[in-house]
Amino acid sequence: MKTTLTVNGRSHQVEHDARRTLLDTIRDDLGLPGTKKGCDHGQCGACTILLNGERVNSCLCLTAMHDGDDITTIEGIGSPDRLSALQKAFVEKDGYQCGYCTPGQIMSATAMLREVSEGAPSYVSGDLDGAALTDAEMAERMSGNLCRCSAYPLIREAILMASEAET
Amino acid sequence: MYAFDIERPTTVAEAVNALKTDEAQPLGGGQTLIPTLKARLAAPSKLVSLSAIAEMIGISREGSTIRIGGATTHGQVATELAESYPALGYLASKIGDPAVRNRGTIGGSVANNDPAACYPAACLASGATITTNTRDIAADDFFLGMFETALEEDEIVTAVTFPVPQKADYQKFEQPASRFPLVGVFVAKHDDGVRVAVTGASESGVFRWTEAEEALSADFSAGALDGLSVDADGMITDLHGDGAYRAHLIKVLTGRAVTASR
Repeated sequence: MKTTLTVNGRSHQVEHDARRTLLDTIRDDLGLPGTKKGCDHGQCGACTILLNGERVNSCLCLTAMHDGDDITTIEGIGSPDRLSALQKAFVEKDGYQCGYCTPGQIMSATAMLREVSEGAPSYVSGDLDGAALTDAEMAERMSGNLCRCSAYPLIREAILMASEAET
Repeated sequence: MYAFDIERPTTVAEAVNALKTDEAQPLGGGQTLIPTLKARLAAPSKLVSLSAIAEMIGISREGSTIRIGGATTHGQVATELAESYPALGYLASKIGDPAVRNRGTIGGSVANNDPAACYPAACLASGATITTNTRDIAADDFFLGMFETALEEDEIVTAVTFPVPQKADYQKFEQPASRFPLVGVFVAKHDDGVRVAVTGASESGVFRWTEAEEALSADFSAGALDGLSVDADGMITDLHGDGAYRAHLIKVLTGRAVTASR
């Protein structure tokens, strides 16, 4: 079957089996290996991408469900010589050890900071009107992204740094 | 995954038609079904994706009820109901994690009727109506047991309509890794009495704790539960907790929900 996707601003038509996930399409068919396959079951968040602007686990999206959709991967938000604010902050704060979860962390945080700026509620503090992005708030809002090396304190520092750079 | 065909209709009528194939199965957000397929625990001949059916997406307020389209995500419910039905918005905001909430749907959750899912408790305590392509089903008649519902083979949950209670609250005692409730209790105080629905605890899935409902309808305070207890018989025992523990949690969480309800 055939599906048309816009990935990082470029339109692609891919031919695939009905079982293909967006994760495999992105990595193997489109040659964008930045998106990582961790658990492949929607538990770890390493495969997080933006789907029409919202963060999702690409391992739990069947490509056939996404004809016409707009996708952003880690390759689409910056490049080595032009890093996004979050990418820069992760480098600066050492927001990783092995780095395998990092693309997912950064894509998830990219969406998370936008959600916060739009006032999306979370049950940690109800709403964020004028409130700081506390550790508890970040831990909850990033709860879908696991780091097996447990670099969480530095990941939170990086996110905080990027959020301050943006405002 | 075993091989399957997949269709992505844009109307409910097309979806119902696509489901007429033997062993065809509707696919909501896929947050439960896709891992199930990957583990080869299901072998549908065809998946019918409901994610492109515009008429099944969105939330509308109709008088004192809130209608949620079957393909509406948990994320949308969490964001849009924060003011109009806070207990339900809060429940949605605690399902899984943000990426899961951006895909998982209310229709998928109620149709699956996982014994530890959150939405069935909200449906039962609110006295919700589950609407399909053929009929309206009261929540009391919809949830039949563990992973069992009143749905027929080619029936799709197109919407769930919630009467908004005077006050309500959901208390969830989380299994911290999965974030499913070890026990979850939804308490709703309506004009004509209190409804208490319990998820995560019973081997027969979500159920109403009628003794607590009677006591709370007479006196809506945590103290009204003092003399009551839940029988541990038929409660789930697993490595996270035994039946007696879950039975105890039901009472504790019901009291907390009464105190916190707003």
